[in-house]
Amino acid sequence: MTAPASRTPRIAPGWWFVAPALTLIVVFFVGPVIAALGLSFTDFDLYALADPHAARWVGFRNYARVMHEPLFWQALRNTLYFALVGGPLTVAASLGAALLVNARALRWKATARAVFFAPFVTTLVAVAIVWKYLYHPRYGLLNWLLGHVGVHQIDWLGDPHWAMPAIILMATWKNFGYNMLIFIAGLQNIPRELHEAAALDGATPFQRFRHVTIPMLAPTMFFVVIVTMIGYLQLFTEPYVMTQGGPLRATTSLVLYMYEEGFRWWRLGVAAAIAFLLFVLIVLFTLLQRRISPRGAA
Amino acid sequence: MTHWKLRLLAAGACALLGSGCSGRDASAAGEELRVWAFGAEGEALAPIARDFERQNPGIRVRVQQIPWTAAHEKLLTAYVGGALPDVAQLGNTWIPEFAALGALQALDSLVAGDTTAIPLRDYFPGVLATNVVDDTLFGVPWYVDTRVMFYRTDLLRAAGVTSPPTTWAAWRDALVRVRAHQERGAFPALLPLNEWAQPVIFGLQAGSPLLLDHGTRGGFRDPRFRKGFEFYIGLFRDSLAPALAATQISNVFQEFAAGRVAFYITGPWNVGEFRKRLPDSLQSSWATAPLPGPDSAGVSLAGGSSIVIMRRSSQRAAAWKFLAFLADPARQARFFTQTGDLPARRSAWAIPPLANDPHLAAFRTQLGRVVPSPAVPEIELIVSRVAQAAERAARGQQTVDEALAALDADVDGILEKRRWLLAQRGSPR
Repeated sequence: MTAPASRTPRIAPGWWFVAPALTLIVVFFVGPVIAALGLSFTDFDLYALADPHAARWVGFRNYARVMHEPLFWQALRNTLYFALVGGPLTVAASLGAALLVNARALRWKATARAVFFAPFVTTLVAVAIVWKYLYHPRYGLLNWLLGHVGVHQIDWLGDPHWAMPAIILMATWKNFGYNMLIFIAGLQNIPRELHEAAALDGATPFQRFRHVTIPMLAPTMFFVVIVTMIGYLQLFTEPYVMTQGGPLRATTSLVLYMYEEGFRWWRLGVAAAIAFLLFVLIVLFTLLQRRISPRGAA
Repeated sequence: MTHWKLRLLAAGACALLGSGCSGRDASAAGEELRVWAFGAEGEALAPIARDFERQNPGIRVRVQQIPWTAAHEKLLTAYVGGALPDVAQLGNTWIPEFAALGALQALDSLVAGDTTAIPLRDYFPGVLATNVVDDTLFGVPWYVDTRVMFYRTDLLRAAGVTSPPTTWAAWRDALVRVRAHQERGAFPALLPLNEWAQPVIFGLQAGSPLLLDHGTRGGFRDPRFRKGFEFYIGLFRDSLAPALAATQISNVFQEFAAGRVAFYITGPWNVGEFRKRLPDSLQSSWATAPLPGPDSAGVSLAGGSSIVIMRRSSQRAAAWKFLAFLADPARQARFFTQTGDLPARRSAWAIPPLANDPHLAAFRTQLGRVVPSPAVPEIELIVSRVAQAAERAARGQQTVDEALAALDADVDGILEKRRWLLAQRGSPR
């Protein structure tokens, strides 16, 4: 059966409405991503900037080269360290803050919310510079406070063992506010009757938290954990501003490594390959979290 | 991406952001010269530019100051976006890179046409050489820097060393003697492992060209580089220098003041730091000396910054005037008092206070014996790999032979593109 020739194919009007947004996404997101994928199979570098004919198709050589680079593995370890320690810490801090702000006993709720949320909306670069002062080994507030409890001076950003913990601490402080807001929304969505029923059955506050709050929060938790992890695997600004990846490369993250390859040595092909390796890592992480999260959470 | 596409993108961005990307249309109100300079030099350049404007009423100079840490990226992004300034300061290891991009204006004819303003013979030859790529001059040295030895005169005297060593053997001997008088856990020399300059300098001193075959192959297993590298690594193996990176040494000045370091190879910026940070009681007990070499006085690295004119600048005449203005010896001498940067012109060194500064005399001598690093765009990446190889050997993770073989393989990989390009250029198409 054929359609009458006179009928032109109709485009559903919905498409016209989403067209502007779709165009923007294709031009500024899908396009560059495909271009970057192509780039990762070339040896696009400084010479190619001067003359595009100097770029060659190299297949998977960039990927192989990156995988043989000890610095890549160190950056990967540093990134995982940051995400696996900093991620749960941030989620725990934001859940704690959300419970606190949501508690009926607390007064000045709005103020507390604003105070906890403030770090998230301040500029990261400004925050990093202020924290650099706080971490200063001689004049920093943190060491001054620690000095009062008898802890010896710690060179927070200069000691390879302390630099990453210092950055984790700062990132946690900076980011927990946003997650806290999402947790608050999640907490307020839990029907009060559930808590009341549990309380009538004789459940202690902790039991109610464990058996009512946590299961009901599971979807929120899943979202928060995924978003935090994706964000944390892309660690960049903190080490870029505070340590430049040092000391002894202890804070070089994957994105910082990519940035160095791309914009310091101008090896854009290699940098694009690192970007796609990071993408694969993030996808794997997300799938893993889906697998271990409670059913129905997503 | 082709240039017109980039232009289009840039134009689009400008339209979105309103004004701010005006580019050259401001020149209607007289010539405008856009100048980029970095860090402290950028700061010091602003008043100099005002002086220049007073002498050249038709020209307006807009100095943009960029932090050193962002300088290289900024320059390259500006190149891609077609937004380079007319004149820029350029660290002299960057010159081969920007010359390869075709971003720099060749200066030979300009210099030849105006030898009184910029007489090349008045420049330190080793430093001038860093501005030459494939026999073409691309920059005029602005200020220079090199590495010399800072040492504690009192510790040497106590150890029976009467004059600063001029050969490797004498230096080693002095180190051993000084160590005998030091407390436990102290080291006579400090050569921070994260700095590439030291292993490179020892290689250069032994006569190594660093790269072979027109800068297309690593020359690190070459006996000349090996000789310097072995001497350098030996200092760590024999506990004459600590296997530490600079970030692991919390305060170099404190260590130096406490006598836990007697020799330190570093650059001119530390002259001011030593004067400021060492206690007054020690101010007469430290001195500088040119570097020792394998058999006689050794060479050091030719460092510093040059001033370049960008090839796409439409203000070439004004730019050249500005270069000549900065090259004036009296102005160079004054620039030294403002920033501590050593003048590139030898005649500027005859002007006090530079002429009779006791700590800078060693630099003057050393600057007569400096060699440039190879003029290839990849040089910064390569020397960073030299430092990594040196660190592995100094920490005992690899033997000297293993480290150098790995370094050569590494550098050959980095230079693969350059070999391919030169082969392309060589073969008729």
